[in-house]
Amino acid sequence: MIKREWIYGWLLLLPAMVFLFAFTHIPAITTLINSFYSTPRGRRPAKFLGVDNYERMLADPVFWKVLWNNLWFAIGTIPVSVGLAILMALWVNDRLAGRGFVRMAYFTPTVLPLIAVANIWLFFYTPGFGLFDQITGFLFGWSASNYLGNPETALNAVIVVTVWKEAGFFMIFYLAALQAIPVSLKEAAQIEGAGRWIIFWRITFPLLMPTTLFVSVNAVINSFRLVDHIFILTDGGPDNASSLLLFYIYETAFRFWETGYAATLTVALLVLLSLLAIGQFFFFDRKVHYK
Amino acid sequence: MNSMGQTFDRFLNTLAAWALALIWILPLAYAVWTAIHPAAYEARFELFAPLTYDNFVKAWEAAPFARYFLNTFILVTMILACQFFLCTLAAYAFARFEFPGRNVLFALVLLQLLVMPDILIVENYKTMRLLDLVDTIPAIALPYVASGFGIFLLRQTFKTIPKELDEAARIEGSSFLGVLWRVYIPLAKPTYLAYGLVSVSHHWNNFLWPLIVTNSVETRPVTVGLSVFSAIDSGIEWSVINAATLITSGPLLIAFLLFQRQFVQSFMRAGIK
Amino acid sequence: MLKSSFLKAVAATALTVSTWASAHAVDLQFYFPVAVGGSAAETIQELTAEYVAQNPDVNIDAVYAGSYQDTVAKAITASRGGNPPQLSVILSVDMFTLIDEDLIVSFDDYLTSEEDKEWLNGFYQAFMENSQTDGKTYGIPFQRSTPVLYWNKEAFKEAGLDPDVAPATWDEMVEFGKKLTKKDDSGNVTQWGVRIPSSGFPYWLFQGLAIENGVILANSEGNQTNFDDPKAVEALQYLVDLSTKYEVMAPGIIEWGATPKAFFEGQTAMMWTSTGNLTNVRDNAPFEFGVAMLPEKVQRGAPTGGGNFYLFKGGSDEQNQAAVDFVKWITAPEQSAKWTMATGYVAPRPETWETETMKQYVEGFPAVLVARDQLQYAKAELSTYQNQRVTGIFNDALAAAITGTKTPEEALKEAQQQADAILTEYR
Repeated sequence: MIKREWIYGWLLLLPAMVFLFAFTHIPAITTLINSFYSTPRGRRPAKFLGVDNYERMLADPVFWKVLWNNLWFAIGTIPVSVGLAILMALWVNDRLAGRGFVRMAYFTPTVLPLIAVANIWLFFYTPGFGLFDQITGFLFGWSASNYLGNPETALNAVIVVTVWKEAGFFMIFYLAALQAIPVSLKEAAQIEGAGRWIIFWRITFPLLMPTTLFVSVNAVINSFRLVDHIFILTDGGPDNASSLLLFYIYETAFRFWETGYAATLTVALLVLLSLLAIGQFFFFDRKVHYK
Repeated sequence: MNSMGQTFDRFLNTLAAWALALIWILPLAYAVWTAIHPAAYEARFELFAPLTYDNFVKAWEAAPFARYFLNTFILVTMILACQFFLCTLAAYAFARFEFPGRNVLFALVLLQLLVMPDILIVENYKTMRLLDLVDTIPAIALPYVASGFGIFLLRQTFKTIPKELDEAARIEGSSFLGVLWRVYIPLAKPTYLAYGLVSVSHHWNNFLWPLIVTNSVETRPVTVGLSVFSAIDSGIEWSVINAATLITSGPLLIAFLLFQRQFVQSFMRAGIK
Repeated sequence: MLKSSFLKAVAATALTVSTWASAHAVDLQFYFPVAVGGSAAETIQELTAEYVAQNPDVNIDAVYAGSYQDTVAKAITASRGGNPPQLSVILSVDMFTLIDEDLIVSFDDYLTSEEDKEWLNGFYQAFMENSQTDGKTYGIPFQRSTPVLYWNKEAFKEAGLDPDVAPATWDEMVEFGKKLTKKDDSGNVTQWGVRIPSSGFPYWLFQGLAIENGVILANSEGNQTNFDDPKAVEALQYLVDLSTKYEVMAPGIIEWGATPKAFFEGQTAMMWTSTGNLTNVRDNAPFEFGVAMLPEKVQRGAPTGGGNFYLFKGGSDEQNQAAVDFVKWITAPEQSAKWTMATGYVAPRPETWETETMKQYVEGFPAVLVARDQLQYAKAELSTYQNQRVTGIFNDALAAAITGTKTPEEALKEAQQQADAILTEYR
């Protein structure tokens, strides 16, 4: 028996699903199929390779390197940008002198295009006359540091830009959540003599949990997706020290023109992301009750 | 004693908040600095450096920004309108209807949070060829119009709306679409505003897909126009790049400055939790 | 500005008139990249408009397609989608990739008369090396460049060197560099001797060193590399030594984009970079500067770089012929001179240098001659099948050696093995 409600539900979903399937799911499936084929070149059509591409991937040192980099990138960006976002939101939510300016400052990175600001950061990082070197040289007499040209620091320099880009965006979500916390709770705690610190850990932070989960899902996804600035800052170098999985996929597909192998790498990325994010979501959906 | 401690605590917090704000605004401040001074002062910060608007003129002349603006404006409007329409219907279905396949379909929607169209450029380009849409503004927009993020956000908001309101409207004789129109959408206004802001800033700044799918001045958005200046052969001209950056982000920045309060409040009221 | 708007108006009118007048107008789509600042894109649009105005039976849609990388990506994606441009300017080194993808046709079918062959021989040989393989011509040189050495005459004077003499050999470059490297009281370097940028595509300038040391990095069939040749190892050792042993160059990877600025700011007294920077340096250097050929080891040498015209598959004979005619026109002396002056690219045909326009330009700016004169020592740029990937491997190896994670020998040996694995199937 088909209920009327079912039909309404399906009909409401239909337009969105058509577009989702056409531009996300079907292309994703063709990507999966292509991952088992060699790259078609003009003079040689694609041929079925079975798991050859996957074997190649597992034996590819660059793949492992960018995977490792990506892990480090995730560890470096997610907690810091989420933590900063909470801090920013708390500050801006407070009665702070010049709150309007501070709030705007935190939010600017969201408005500026990453490809353009990457050029600005490139200047900040430039050895010698770059802004950071001018500052550290003036204050501490440090010698020039080649942040982007050194395999030890290149990825960290990219992480800093990412945190800068993301924190202000996440802040907005926290600000919304903070506003929804009843003032009475905080006041009651204050009457009991609880300090700011205790209020935060006992009351505010737990109540922010749903937002933290939502934001961290986004942060996880972004840590595998934000690569625009790498093009300008380091181009993945030196020797892939700052390359990430998606950047390597781009390189493989659009520089090396190996779409077959790129499809395989994309599948690896998708599997990784799906496991991480869907797991996270269903875990949260059960733990944290959305009203 | 305690109150002095609190004052001191407040002072420290204000100081830290300001310090962070200054760091955060540094790139924008630098963009403004280089854009209004001659190139020779790109790396020299002298208080009385001569002012100039040459960089803006140069940037403006280097590309037909007026046309690019129009394209971007059409693009973000188109995307936003479609997103609102498609996401509202889908979110409504997920929030208030019971039907077989709901969880699976919702998982498929969430999947799009991961599998951004940006990752599937080659396949999507083939699709656009098939539809004969290459080098049109709709081609830039289409992969983004059904947004998993939008559906998720609106579903969360719709779920917070008390069922009683829904039922009351139904008793008064509204159809299910009528309820959506009269109850859900008005109550979700802050979410629409908040999501709209996110969507507009995202698509205003999107670069890779428009670059691949457009060929002509009539369709290109500002970011692609901006890429002219990242010409590496002759070294980076920060002054001109930054002038162009300010030109292209200017409308968004100004819009945000003017409507700051409303934007942030809409996020607050959207109650994303 | 006024002139260009006028030309555009003329072109637009011509276009309308021609579509109206002739139902048989040939339509061409033409992709071009821009890799230098200034008015490069505008100049191409202007030249195209001028051509269309003169030839009402041809419509050319000149599409600025972004960087070189963007352009090749766009051309390949469009071709795969069944919508190739008829003509595109793409890096000369992408020739083998485009052949492998079966996207281009050789120009030979449309250059059959004696006169045409004569015309083909009128390009500098160094530029043709990356444009021909298997006796066929796939590329016509257009926006081509070559690296040169720029030096700061004031810094030379201060260091007690003759401000008018650039280092002519590797040893001299080190010797001069040592005198030019300045430190402040706390031992921090305030001015380096020399700067050879290595971000992104270190292979390009490294080839200069390799050629000077007498080794060519790839054969002309594009299926064999010589990365681990002892002479290449020696050249890389020299590059590494500049930072580590002689301490005349900043350590680590050095950014390309910031290099001219570093030169202007006095951070380095000499820099190696493309001739594409000539105009920029002339306009912005706050001191007197000189331009010289790259220094020699066993011989002078330099790579070439930049883009060629390619003829894409899928056009009708009529379209291809029209495209070839356009290429001939735009590389002809007057147009070529205009292009060179607007961009700093090296005019690819000797006859261009004989035009009055060019002579006047040279008189006011003799430095441009250095690039031209260096061409006789220039060699093909590294180019193989699966070029981007092979070059990518090589770039990684160079970066590993420059940042000290591998020795030059190790790095190059590994790169050679990886390149061999890829290129075997093309032998």
